Amino acid sequence: MTRTSFSFVLNGTHGLALASGALLVPSADLLCVADLHLGKAERAARRWGLLWPPYETRATLDRLAEVIAVAKPRVVVALGDSFDDLAAGEAMAQEDRDRLALLMQGRRWIWVAGNHDPGPAGHGGETVPEFRAEGLTFRHEAQPDADPGEVSGHYHPRFGLPGMGERRPCFLLDQRRLILPAFGAYTGGLDARDPALRSLMENQALAILTGRSALPCPLPPRRAAARRG
Amino acid sequence: MDLPDPLHVFLARRGWHLHPHQSAMLEQARAPAILLVAPTGGGKTLAGFLPTLAELLADPRPGLHTLYVSPLRALTADIRRNLLTPVEELALPIRIEDRTGDTPQTVRRRQWTDPPQILLTTPESLALLLSRPDAARLFSGLQRVIVDEIHALAEGKRGDQLALLLSRIQTFAPAFRRVGLSATVEDPADLGRLLARYPDPCLILRGGMPGGADLSMLAHRPPPWAGGTALHAIPEVLDQIRRHRCTLIFHNTRAQAELFFHHLWMANEDALPIAIHHASLSREVREGVEGAMRQGRLRAVVCTGTLDMGLDWGAVDLVIQMGAPKQIKRLVQRMGRANHRAGARPRAILIPANRFEVLECVCAIEAAQAGELDGSPRGPGRSMCSASISCCGPVKAPLRLMPCMRRCAAPDPMPALSRADFDACLDFCATGGYALRAYDRWRRLMLRDGRWQLRDPRAARRIRLNLGTIEDRPSLAVRVKGSQTSLGQIEETFASTLSPGDTFLIGGQVVRFESLREMTVEVTRCRNREPRIASFGGGSFATSAGLARRILSLIGDTAAWDRLPPHTADWLRLQGHLSRLPRGDRLLVESFPAQGRWHAAFWGFAGRNAHQTLGLLLTRRMEAAGLDPLGFVAADHALLIWSLQPIEAPAALLDPEELREGFSAWLEGNALMKRTFRGIATIAGLIDRNLPGQRRTGRQTTVSSDILYDTLRRYDPGHLLLRVAREEALRGLVDFGRIEDMLARVQGRVDHVRLDRVPPLAAPLLLERGRVPVEGRGRERLAEAAAARLLEEAGLADLT
Repeated sequence: MTRTSFSFVLNGTHGLALASGALLVPSADLLCVADLHLGKAERAARRWGLLWPPYETRATLDRLAEVIAVAKPRVVVALGDSFDDLAAGEAMAQEDRDRLALLMQGRRWIWVAGNHDPGPAGHGGETVPEFRAEGLTFRHEAQPDADPGEVSGHYHPRFGLPGMGERRPCFLLDQRRLILPAFGAYTGGLDARDPALRSLMENQALAILTGRSALPCPLPPRRAAARRG
Repeated sequence: MDLPDPLHVFLARRGWHLHPHQSAMLEQARAPAILLVAPTGGGKTLAGFLPTLAELLADPRPGLHTLYVSPLRALTADIRRNLLTPVEELALPIRIEDRTGDTPQTVRRRQWTDPPQILLTTPESLALLLSRPDAARLFSGLQRVIVDEIHALAEGKRGDQLALLLSRIQTFAPAFRRVGLSATVEDPADLGRLLARYPDPCLILRGGMPGGADLSMLAHRPPPWAGGTALHAIPEVLDQIRRHRCTLIFHNTRAQAELFFHHLWMANEDALPIAIHHASLSREVREGVEGAMRQGRLRAVVCTGTLDMGLDWGAVDLVIQMGAPKQIKRLVQRMGRANHRAGARPRAILIPANRFEVLECVCAIEAAQAGELDGSPRGPGRSMCSASISCCGPVKAPLRLMPCMRRCAAPDPMPALSRADFDACLDFCATGGYALRAYDRWRRLMLRDGRWQLRDPRAARRIRLNLGTIEDRPSLAVRVKGSQTSLGQIEETFASTLSPGDTFLIGGQVVRFESLREMTVEVTRCRNREPRIASFGGGSFATSAGLARRILSLIGDTAAWDRLPPHTADWLRLQGHLSRLPRGDRLLVESFPAQGRWHAAFWGFAGRNAHQTLGLLLTRRMEAAGLDPLGFVAADHALLIWSLQPIEAPAALLDPEELREGFSAWLEGNALMKRTFRGIATIAGLIDRNLPGQRRTGRQTTVSSDILYDTLRRYDPGHLLLRVAREEALRGLVDFGRIEDMLARVQGRVDHVRLDRVPPLAAPLLLERGRVPVEGRGRERLAEAAAARLLEEAGLADLT
């Protein structure tokens, strides 16, 4: 059995972690994606002279369009670092710009500010530092002492199972918070066992691997990681 | 040109005289290009330098006179020491220095303002020198370039890089002469074309044999059925070490060398001084071993290909090759590491690591004795692929591009680079060459005043940092926690599988993984006796076609079996009795049940890489035919596939047309393609490993090459890098060429033998390492089952 989503309850609200790496909150008709990093290739060329294949914005928007076409959400929350920087947001090709506008049409679109994109990037929608709905607080970077129900991105968590090959982008979930994987095409990742990330999660926590299916598995206990790391 | 008097005196004092080929090099000193082909130990290097020493003695003047280029850093230091002996003894007014990645900054700066007459360097360091805007000043007086071990450089991208570097020097010093030094190779003319300026001819000189080594195989006890490390032979190896002054013990991979050294050390009850040397160890460690070796303080060194070349260690009187050498020319090269000046005939011993390697070792010895060599390093299949790569490499430098590229575009050794490909290369360097013209604003190169130049001169620094990287796998430094001592390097892919507390071997030490910081693996020393084996890259080689041919003909010639040890001859006899023997003009396929699965062994003798590809192709076809293939394993001589249903008609599965069709479809999404692409993307600078001033967070500036590959495939399938990756994969890891050769040899003559138990020859295949599970829904199911089990164990099953 291959499942395309993993169902859970966080702070009393029902959520679905999708295999694509997006989060669906049915009661609010809300879709949430983290760390799109649109314009990453453009910024790499501008800042470092790296000429990566310039298709990552298109690839990311293609994937986003697929998810939106299926979920048809009333609200979309982009959880920060939606643009690799504000200049990259402004430099976006007209074709991609139109594509994004089409996706935003007819729904509420919330850009949560991230460290890469602290302000509006010139694509409409609402830009906010945080967003609350249905007992959940959506912010870019997790706060260690946050109230229960925090949903965040920023860390690009990845995790692997033995024999599975490459580590996959994953959600991290415990009783208090959810951290989303990066949705952008050219995004690396931080191992979910890394102390910086593992210490944010409770001892009993799940990684939900994304990719072909949404695959839940337990994270190794925190204590062992902390002692050795 | 005659030998100058001081050199006469120097030789006479030692009772030495010139070899004929050394005199010939002096006589031909004016030739624009000359290639000296001589076996190791034949005094090649001195022959190469004689004309330079003679010229500098006749006309001592400052400025760079001769540039010596070697594939190994260690060689430059060694050559310098050797050259300094006559120079210091005769008080000659000649300065000799080396310049490599290890040379301190202050020395480099001084070399620029006040160059030595003889500079010893590597292609990578030379590329950096040539990338300086004022390179002309250093090179304009250059008289000669000596390329040592040119046969080793010629194999692969460094050969292309060398050709470009020579063209570049030509623009500064139009009259410089080119000298190539090579071990014995099959096709010297091919190397000559690489060396000479197009279309100049290259003079080829041959040096005499220094007298072959006494070659033998040590296998009176039957080796194990499978495996590659030959741990069974440790008592014999120790015995040989005791009976010789100094022994070099060659392994084919670094992992095998580490494992063997670990066990050799544990069995070394006499505490003989032995050491380990391979390319993944840190410079300090390697230099320590080399120094101890020179001073005669070591009785044995366990090593890999890094000691194949150059370093002339007087004391070595025994060379042991552990496992089959896979290539005849590698065996010949390694044999040459034993000393010829010591008087006694040097010895070389082959120790097969498993039963099949007995056959291979016998054949390799016979081929070496017959003077047969295999594998032309620069075969006819060289095409735009390597040419583009090398363009992407050196041309990233802020060169005035056109003169250089025009040279590489027209002539041999890159005949297949068309104008269109040349333009594609240039466009790639300038804008990335994408169908979507996204980077015209950020282009790297601009045409100004008729010359291609960097748009942003500040980019030069970043490009220089990446220049000369010909490396396909990122590696991480290994450091002992709390110290600055570097032990060596391991592959990133291996490092990512380590958890804190895991132990592994490096440099003969067992270490415990503590943490990964930035690009450094922190470890502590520990005493675990069963460590894991790190993977270092530099993977295993496939048995050469020439050697495979010899093995097949030996198996087919029962009269020749008396040349085999009895245990191996008996094994073949049993195979002939219970099944059939493989033959050169037919393909033997054996079907049999074992371990609750159907197995099929395909005796293709096409080498590990080609069998790996064949395994991927055949299992796809079997999947389509409903035979439920579960996995396969590729060895050098055969492919073994296991499945739920038996194969009934192997000839149909092997239909060449359908195989070719399936191959095209399969290649694009293949992991080998991705690995090949990774190497190319690194050289091309897409994966930037040295970003100045950027802290490496693993999230900001690196993108997985797999993602780049998938994105390109989807949005820009005709891109230059994909074409290059495809061509390179076909020749390299995928090796479809040898499948074609095998199919052509067999011409549909497939012998299918059905058996009710494991046939003798195929039995070791069941123990072979590197079993590949067949991709598909199966793998996803396995992962799900594993996750479910973990959830159950963690008491979290109800969470789902």
